[in-house]
Formats: sequence, C-alpha cells, structure tokens
Amino acid sequence: MANKRVDEATNTETVGHEWDGIEELNTPLPRWWLWTFYASIVFSIGYVIAYPALPGIHGATQGVLGWSSRGQLDKDLKAQQEERSKIVADLAITPIEKLPGKPALMNAAKAGGAAAFKVNCVQCHGAGAAGSDGYPNLNDDDWLWGGDLKAIQQTLIHGIRQPGDDQTRMSQMPAFGRDGLLTPAQIQDVTSYVLTLSGKEQKSAASQRGAAIFEANCAVCHGPDGKGDRQFGAPNLADAIWLYAGNREAVAAQINNPRHGVMPAWGNRLDPVTIKMLTAYVHSLGGGEDFAEPAGAAQTETQSEAEATAAE
Amino acid sequence: MVTVLARAGIWLAVLFLAVIGVALAADGGFAIHMGIVAFAALIAVWFTVSGADYSAIARGILRMPDESRYDDDPVRWGVIATVFWGMAGFAAGVFIALQLTWPELNLEPYLNFSRLRPLHTSAVIFAFGGNALIATSFYVVQRTCRARLAFPGMARFVFWGYQLFIVLAATGYLLGITQSKEYAEPEWYVDWWLTLVWVCYLVVFVGTIVKRSEPHIYVANWFYLAFILTIAMLHVVNNLDVPVSFVGSKSYPLFGGVQGALVQWWYGHNAVGFFLTAGFLAMMYYFVPKQAERPIYSYRLSIIHFWSLIFLYIWAGPHHLHYTALPDWAQTLGMVFSVMLWMPSWGGMINGLMTLNGAWDKVRTDPIIRMMIMAVAFYGMSTFEGPMMSIKSVNSLSHYTNWTIGHVHSGALGWNGMITFGAVYYLVPRLWGRERLYSLRMVNWHFWLATIGIVFYAASMWVAGITQGLMWREYGPDGYLVNTFADAVAAIHPMYMLRAFGGLLYLSGAVIMVVNVWATILGKLREEAPMHDAAYDPEADRPILAPAE
Repeated sequence: MANKRVDEATNTETVGHEWDGIEELNTPLPRWWLWTFYASIVFSIGYVIAYPALPGIHGATQGVLGWSSRGQLDKDLKAQQEERSKIVADLAITPIEKLPGKPALMNAAKAGGAAAFKVNCVQCHGAGAAGSDGYPNLNDDDWLWGGDLKAIQQTLIHGIRQPGDDQTRMSQMPAFGRDGLLTPAQIQDVTSYVLTLSGKEQKSAASQRGAAIFEANCAVCHGPDGKGDRQFGAPNLADAIWLYAGNREAVAAQINNPRHGVMPAWGNRLDPVTIKMLTAYVHSLGGGEDFAEPAGAAQTETQSEAEATAAE
Repeated sequence: MVTVLARAGIWLAVLFLAVIGVALAADGGFAIHMGIVAFAALIAVWFTVSGADYSAIARGILRMPDESRYDDDPVRWGVIATVFWGMAGFAAGVFIALQLTWPELNLEPYLNFSRLRPLHTSAVIFAFGGNALIATSFYVVQRTCRARLAFPGMARFVFWGYQLFIVLAATGYLLGITQSKEYAEPEWYVDWWLTLVWVCYLVVFVGTIVKRSEPHIYVANWFYLAFILTIAMLHVVNNLDVPVSFVGSKSYPLFGGVQGALVQWWYGHNAVGFFLTAGFLAMMYYFVPKQAERPIYSYRLSIIHFWSLIFLYIWAGPHHLHYTALPDWAQTLGMVFSVMLWMPSWGGMINGLMTLNGAWDKVRTDPIIRMMIMAVAFYGMSTFEGPMMSIKSVNSLSHYTNWTIGHVHSGALGWNGMITFGAVYYLVPRLWGRERLYSLRMVNWHFWLATIGIVFYAASMWVAGITQGLMWREYGPDGYLVNTFADAVAAIHPMYMLRAFGGLLYLSGAVIMVVNVWATILGKLREEAPMHDAAYDPEADRPILAPAE
C-alpha cells in the first residue's frame, strides 16, 4: 500500500498497487448497485419459500403456494376443457349430417376442426389444405371418395388403404405395365387417350388406338367417359386436377406401376368429437357437398324431425 | 540433445499410433481424423528436429531465452489465429443465416445447416474466442506479473495443440462426427486431446503467476484463472462417455435422460459464464484501462463482483430447462441464481464504463476505446436480458424462439466480438513493433459496420422471437390454437432476411479489420488525418529482473 495517491480527475484515492501502469481507485461500491443486489437476493429467498426449491433426501420442499408445473398444466387443461365442454357434449350427440341445421354448433366445430387439422393433417395436406404430389387438395370440389359430411367422416374414421381396418376405403389399380397386362406401346397409346380427355393433348392416331384399350381395361373403374367413380376412389381423368401430376411421364408411370396413397384411420387416434370437427372443417374448405339422403331413410328422418320441431 | 530426442520420440509415437488408428479405423470419419493427427505429428517431428540448435547442443550450452523480453511469439500467432478463425466463423454464420432464409442453400450432405451450425458456433466461440483468450492471457499475464511465460515450450504446444483441436472439431462436423451436445459436439478422442492441451494451458498460466515479480495478482488474472479452471472442470464432466471402440469415432455419454440434459446445460451455461464472460472480463480489465490510460474505477467492486459472479454463475444452468422434465425445484434454483446474477454481472460493466471517468472525451476521439466501450455496453445489455429471460413467465414466451438467438448474438457480436476487436487493435502495433495501426479510420468504419450490423441482428431476432412466442400460444375465441408451426415460420421470414443483412454488415466490418491488421503487420502506414492513439513506451514494456533499489 505504499504508492497511494489521489487521482486528480476523479478526486479518489488509489489502492496503491500498480501493474504494467494500471492502477485501481478505491471507490466504494455504488449504493444503487449494492441495494439492487440485496433486493435480488431478498426476492430470491422469497421465491424459494413460495415455490418448490430445496432438495432433500426424500424429495424437495413444495413451497408455500403449493404450485407445481404439472399441477399448473392440469389446471390449464381443465379450464380449457370446461370452456369447451358444452360444445363437445352437443357435438357428441349430434349426428354429423344434422350439423348444417345448427349453425352455431357448426361454426364451433369448424374452429375446433381447424385447430385439429393444424396438428394432425398439415403434414400431408399442407397448412392451407392445398395438398401436394400424391396428397389431395381439400379446397376444391373434386373428391376421390365423396365430399359430403358423411363420406368425409367415413374417410377420416377408417382411413384409406389402412391395413387392419375392414371398413377402410380400399381399391387397387392394376400395375398394367409391371404385370404385363399391357405392352409399353399400349401404355403410350392409352396415355395419349387419357390426356385427350382433359384436353392436354390433341386427338391422334395413338389416342384412337388408346381409346379402345381404355374401354377394355380402364372404363370399369374410371367410367366410359373417364370421369371417375367414387365407389373405387377412381379419380376423374377428364378434369384439370391430378393427384400424381398430369404430364405424360407421370400418367404413363401411374399406368405402368401405380402408386397407392395411404391415409391413417383417425378413428383409432382421435375421439369422435374431434373427427366430427375435422369433418366440418374439411367440408367447409370450399368443395363440401350437400348430403343426399338415400330415398327411404330421408322420408322417416324428415318426418321425425318435423315432429320434433312441432313438439317444441 | 536429449530433449530434442525425447520430443521427437513422443511425436513419432503419436505419428505411429495415428497411422495404426487409420489402419484399424471402424469408420471413415475416424480414419480421416487420424490421418490429420498423423500429418500434424509429422510436422511436429520435422520442426523438433530441424529447429534444434545443434551447435549450441554441441557446445553443451542450453539455449537461454532473452529474459529481458516478454515471450510474445505465441501471442503473435494467437492474434493471427483469432483473426483467421473469426473470419471463418463469421462467414459460416452469414451462410447459415442465408440457409435459414432460403433453404435451397442447404448443400447436402457436407454443407447442410445441421453440420454448418456447430461449425459456426464452435468457430466463433472456441476458435475465435478461444484463441483470443489464450493469446491475450499470455500477453496480459506476462505484463501484469512482470515475468516471462513459464514453460515456453509448453506454451507453444498449447497454441498448436489447440489449433489441432479446432481442425479436428471442424472437420468432424462436416463429416458428420458429433456427440450431439450443443457446444460440446466433438467426440471422445478430440475431448481427450483438448483436456491434455487445457491442462498444459493451466500449467503455463499458473507457472507464470507463480514466478511473478509483482507482489499482488492483478484482477484480470483472477478472471483468466477462473476461466481456465472452470472450463477444465466443465469440459471433463460433460464429456464423460464410453467410446464404442477405441478405433472408432462413436461414444455414448455416461449421463442419460434428464440428468444428461442437466449436465449438458450446466456445461452449456457455464461455457457462457466462464468462457464468454469471465475470460472476456479479464480482457476488459487489462485493455480498457490501458487504452483509456485511466485507473480501474473500483478495486472493491472488482473483488465483490468477481467472487459473487464466480459463486452464482455455476448454479444458473437449469434455466435452460424451464418447463421440461427437470424437477420443479431445480428449475426454481436455476431461476433465482440467474436473477441474483444480474448485479454481479453489472459490476464488470460498471468497472469497465466508469474507468473512463476523467477520459470520456476519448470515446469521441479514439475509435478503439469506442469499440471497447460499446462492447461493455452490450455486455451490460445482455447480462440484464439473461436474468430477465430466466424468469419463468418470461421464459415461457421466449424459450425455443429466436429471441434466444438474438440474446446470444447481442452478447457474442456485441460483447465478445467488440472487446476482442479492441484488444486486437491494441495488440497488433505493439506485438509487431509498429508505430501505430495502418489506419485508425478503418477501425472507425469497422466500429460502425459492426454496431449497425448488431442492431439489425438483435432487433430482427427480438421481433421474430416475440412473434413466434405469441403465435404459438395464440388461442381463438373458440378456445383453439390459431396458428400452425409453419405459419410462424412464414411470419418471421422477413426477419430472417434482416438478420442475414445484419450479419453481412458485421462480416464486412471484420473484412476491414483483416486488411488493417494485415497492412499493420506488413509495416504500412496509411496516410490519413490522425485520430487518437494511446501512448506506448517500449522501454517500460519488459519484465523486472532485479528488485528496484
């Protein structure tokens, strides 16, 4: 402490050491700094008393507030459930085809469906439900397996080509090339014909030959005019919408050795109410079709509903 | 002669083992790594044999170093390595920022984001920051102890061994060799090598302090010592693992599950605390008072904030695991220790800023001081932001978002980067015996490019992070989540572009530094109107040999 001196600029005494020309002033701790430090310690002690904090041999202190992160999550989930409980109960007892008659419930179902869609469906169908190569666009009115509420719900519950589900949507297009049902030349011809259906190619000698092949091999599922058949999930070939791209190579590849998309049976994973919500949401995206009652059933349903209305 | 033979023998043995490693390697990555080690050992053998002074050995005289000069060779190499790895790290950072903005830039498999990201973090933290710390610690400890480096041969091994560690780590990431622990990605054999290098580093540093000619140990050396010791402990514990094969790159960690996560973040957080905070505070404690030519503001504050920082930092790691499987009590402790850490961290900022008392005009006249002061200001900002983000309710919004990335970069670019640039600008003319830097005005350009770059970076990441946090938790009136994850990704795309732009500015500033440092080393002086520089007296820059009369 030999070389203490008073620093002129700050009028503060130095400590008296010096290292390579560096000295140190003997300034006291800034009071605001010290008191803030104390305050953060006091806060921490209070927090430790209030919340689970100190570990012991048989577990940690629980804190006087009785808070736990699992408890908090439980509470939050319960509160959410509480908020939705009425709608969930209503949806549980309302058959899907009756939803359009209850606009408020329909809107709530759509909102819930939109959330469930973001968690479960966007991975394949995309955030905007616009699909991609091999995954159908749900915004248009071109449905492979049917676009009314009941058909969509059926698809959701049982999936498409879901192994082990005996009600799943099932169909298989033959591998015309791979299994030798058609020669490569015939495949080129029928491809030409298919592409004339949607106007992508002009009629040609090849497409004339292909028409006969189509008639013999394809029309049974895709229909004589190529407009598809929902019973088999056979796509409409005469429009501009393609599941696996509409260029010549892709169409020929599909005839040669077809790809078959699979959608999980969501009935195994989601509860019936969430599936109804998803149905309502997908139906609302733009292409939803009205439900056409089978003739006999419609009669009785309408009657009983009319009676119910009268009773009210 | 015996020493030369012994050293050459050790390197030959390393070469031999590495060649065996190549031959028996269980995987391609390990073979390449052993090839690199063999090449390094070959160079070491060659330098050992060719560098020996045979005439001196023949005369039976040991080559004595010039005790009247400081041992600055490793410092000079370290400064060049700092600048070199800094450029590599900044460039990698800009590239991965562009990859996040335009994913088409992922060049599979060697240059995809997941391999380049650890390359970037390791390059800036361990290669740029680590070299800066080793070089400045060797410079500072000699001068503040008024003694030459102890064990000069070992000091050289520390430098070159550390570069080998960097090369093995970096090539490993590109080859896909990783133990998938953030900031501790290198595999077991690289970890063992670094442990050896680090122990030698500790020996050189402590040895120099032991042989000091000053009665007291300067505060910068407390911080350097805390950094070296704690990093050794963290590195060893977090890398306790079992190699699958001694001739293969894969290993499995000793700790699993939530214990593994806690050990990893105990390591990860204290890598920030002791590598990026304590080590760089040591740099601040030497270079700020030297450049400002002012005494340190408060000796008492330096004691209190040193010990409180060291004591509190080590417990704060669990705040990286809020709302996870980590038990609630550990989360609570992680949070309160982080909150208590606020003032101890700010003690360093106060001591740095207030050292300018009586010389505040230098912030206007001296771009190097301005750079250092901006570094300390960013240090203060990040060490406020850190405790705030450790508070659980704030963390529930900020965690997993780009806010964290913004926070880290205001610390890394602002604090670590700027204080290192300041130290490099201080060191280069002195180490190469130049009158001054090639150009002070280029330092000024570097300062502004870097500062504006950080502002773009931090601001865009704050906005992006809070946007993400709010979108993820947004509920609609019907009680359902509103946004998909991809919606939040799309929303922050413009912020990603701004971030990449900020990074580009920062990189441009660093390019100016490279030119400036290069020209200074070559001995050029740019003709320009003078700004300001601190005085340097080469006569006083030497160890004390005999006690003063």
